[in-house]
Amino acid sequence: MPSWLNRSQLLLMATLAVVGIAQSLSGRLDSYILSVAMGVGINIILASSLNLINGFTGQFSLGHAGFMAVGAYTAAVLTGRLAPQWSPLFGGQVFLLFPAALIVGGIVAALAGALVGAPSLRLKGDYLAIVTLGFGEIIKVIFQNLEFVGGAKGLNGIPDYSNLLWVFGTAAITVYTVWALLNSSYGRGFLAVADDEIAAEAMGLNTTRYKMVAFVVGAFFAGIAGGLFAHLNNSINPSGFDFNKSIEIVVMVILGGMGRHIGVILAAILLTVLTEMLREFGDYRMVIYSVLLILLMLTRPQGLFIWPTRKAARRQNA
Amino acid sequence: MLELKNLTVQYGAITALQDVSLRLDRGEIVTLIGGNGAGKTTTLRAISGLLKPRSGSIWYEGNDITGRPPHKLVAQGLAHCPEGRMVFANLTVLENLRMGAYLQRDRRVIEKELEFVRSLFPRLRERESQLAGTLSGGEQQMLAIGRALMSQPRCLLLDEPSLGIAPLLTQTIFEKITELNRVRGLSILLVEQNANLALAVSHRAYVIECGRILLSGPASEVKSNPQVRDAYLGGG
Repeated sequence: MPSWLNRSQLLLMATLAVVGIAQSLSGRLDSYILSVAMGVGINIILASSLNLINGFTGQFSLGHAGFMAVGAYTAAVLTGRLAPQWSPLFGGQVFLLFPAALIVGGIVAALAGALVGAPSLRLKGDYLAIVTLGFGEIIKVIFQNLEFVGGAKGLNGIPDYSNLLWVFGTAAITVYTVWALLNSSYGRGFLAVADDEIAAEAMGLNTTRYKMVAFVVGAFFAGIAGGLFAHLNNSINPSGFDFNKSIEIVVMVILGGMGRHIGVILAAILLTVLTEMLREFGDYRMVIYSVLLILLMLTRPQGLFIWPTRKAARRQNA
Repeated sequence: MLELKNLTVQYGAITALQDVSLRLDRGEIVTLIGGNGAGKTTTLRAISGLLKPRSGSIWYEGNDITGRPPHKLVAQGLAHCPEGRMVFANLTVLENLRMGAYLQRDRRVIEKELEFVRSLFPRLRERESQLAGTLSGGEQQMLAIGRALMSQPRCLLLDEPSLGIAPLLTQTIFEKITELNRVRGLSILLVEQNANLALAVSHRAYVIECGRILLSGPASEVKSNPQVRDAYLGGG
């Protein structure tokens, strides 16, 4: 085993430990700060998982909010309306029920990912973007018309199970999973598909399957992020998972530098905090936000957090 | 080893290959020469499954492989070294080579192949940890060939190895091609614009024009054909 593997696993453990400590102290933190911090964590999950699809595998998905919605609704129904039926399975214990609901939400989102991916991943570039965009809209409209989950009003009174531990624990696991996946010998295939699909195919890679794996894994974590989001905000409605939400996540990936692990995390933090800080500008908030984005793209089109040189030997012993 | 029977390929309404038949025997180097847009690359792409032919069939080692997806063919020892090099620019040289052995699970075999490619192209050994996008054209071509060899092919489809490369390196690459054929018994279907060079290393040749095979025969015969001399070998 190369030593980096152990090091990264160690890092994962350390992160989880720190999150655990932070959680035990969180009672003393201001609740606003706490909710912003959790928003940051959820965005890290969303951005990192989208980075697998848009950054590393070179596809262009605009449907991430759709997968998030699927996970959010599934988890919310499981901890809400269906809780009486299935929480006895877990002895009524929230610390078992909640992660189970999140994971089921992730799985349903992954299935949705497979469903969309199967017919559309043969498409490339703009065409894939359009299909995933359409998918996001379809999901939104479906939830708007499902009376079972509140229609356009959405679901309210979702228990606030999300806390620092769940959010950042999941974020750490997401980042680690994406990282470990890409640094395996299997994972080089994702980068190869992004670099040159024809050459990858000529090497014997099943490129469609690679894109599918990226899509399904990405959708899975987006679904979990959706579940965390629902149990943080206590209410969800279909319009919260619209095109704008997808774009928000895409912007994080682009700003962080497509296919950079750390850059995308930093971008997720920056953009989440920025939108909060701009709140005092009231109605002008989104105007300022947009202007900032335009300025950033004009000055740093390659991504905000790209280091000038990329060490070629980075994955040499992978 | 490899045989095309009356292959027709179309891009939409445009016919790129019309009724092409050709044969590559075991241990042979066969070259396909022709001008720009004659259908050389299309032929290779159809063989390796990157394009679906409209009609006709492709036979490899006694099996009909028409329309079979590329990843299955690589597993059967048919490797394609695509035109314009197409290395994975954001992977290192070593990673590119390992990508070539993507279907090989046995680490020892991979190491052995790596050692072989290194001995064939010592230049690649020096550049192993460098990103492939930073190599020179000739080095990228060596990498593309080395990468194709990593899958331990019995039959290699080689597309324009001399394209955009310094003459000196072209010479080296062609020497290596003959060496591979002689030492390993690798059967090679070579597509080349530089007809002089291609004919010098090949056993047999086909001349393709506007998607049709114009003539074929032993390389020396094709070389002395007046029509070919006029059109492809710079007259005289």
